[in-house]
Amino acid sequence: MRIGVVTFPGTLDDVDAARAVRLAGGTPVPLWHADTSVGDVAAVVLPGGFSYGDYLRAGAIAGRARIMADIKDRAAAGMPVLGICNGFQMLCEAGLLPGALVRNRDQRFICTDQRLRIEAADTPWTSGYEQGTEIVVPLKNMDGCYMASDELLQQVEGDGQVAVRYVGANPNGSRNDIAGVRNSAGNVVGLMPHPEHAIEPGYGPDAVTGTGGTDGLTFFTSVLQGVLA
Amino acid sequence: MGRIIVDVMPRTEILDPQGQAIAGMLGRMNITGFTEVRQGKRFELTVDGDVTDAQLAAAKEAAEKLLSNPVIEDVVAIRGEQA
Repeated sequence: MRIGVVTFPGTLDDVDAARAVRLAGGTPVPLWHADTSVGDVAAVVLPGGFSYGDYLRAGAIAGRARIMADIKDRAAAGMPVLGICNGFQMLCEAGLLPGALVRNRDQRFICTDQRLRIEAADTPWTSGYEQGTEIVVPLKNMDGCYMASDELLQQVEGDGQVAVRYVGANPNGSRNDIAGVRNSAGNVVGLMPHPEHAIEPGYGPDAVTGTGGTDGLTFFTSVLQGVLA
Repeated sequence: MGRIIVDVMPRTEILDPQGQAIAGMLGRMNITGFTEVRQGKRFELTVDGDVTDAQLAAAKEAAEKLLSNPVIEDVVAIRGEQA
């Protein structure tokens, strides 16, 4: 199963995202921001980093890059799209997801193992989790504070569009502890934490034994199973 | 050359941690008397000759479609400065 991973100038986590796809059993397909089409892929991942230096606003330029037009068309037709960190910011800037990400409340770059709760298991990226499952994956960003007006927030909550929520102390000031959202159809998901950094035993967050840390892998196995089913 | 100035500010209900950090430092520098600081952006779009209505309209489109994100920001002013 072919899953596209888009690289923009300034993308950092494309190799990790591709590796996550591979370890989940899929075939990662490298895509470039200037491509006009995503081609023959069943899903697309927009990875983390600092595309275009995060000039103007995080994800603002990338959200309008050439490949995004095709991603918008394919997403409207139901193709699963996952935005991680900078990819989440791009999806918000592109209008594919509600809300926006702004500077962390404490003005600091955050890098931590973060506990999260899966709030929406009805997306192609989270279907392998039980609703309410708690996972721990890395969180690392400067602009991770989820913002929406009261009206939009009410709509996002009311429609069950919160995909992932922070558990414990709110790390960055995000409204309603929101770590990730989905679109109303459910096929487009974005989140600030990094499931692709928690896919291999011994390399992801696991303070207890140091041999686990694979909580994020289910994002990638979920989409493969969904597409095959 | 004329210029079009576009001012963008974070919406009032949106958290502005940068403005808050500036306000905190001003207090520590003993520069007081402000109840709040908010930080925005100023864009300068340069044109050949005097600013035309068409260029102002294009600047308005740029402001709405790229220079600001309406979820978190307002375009508070667009004005031309003649050559």
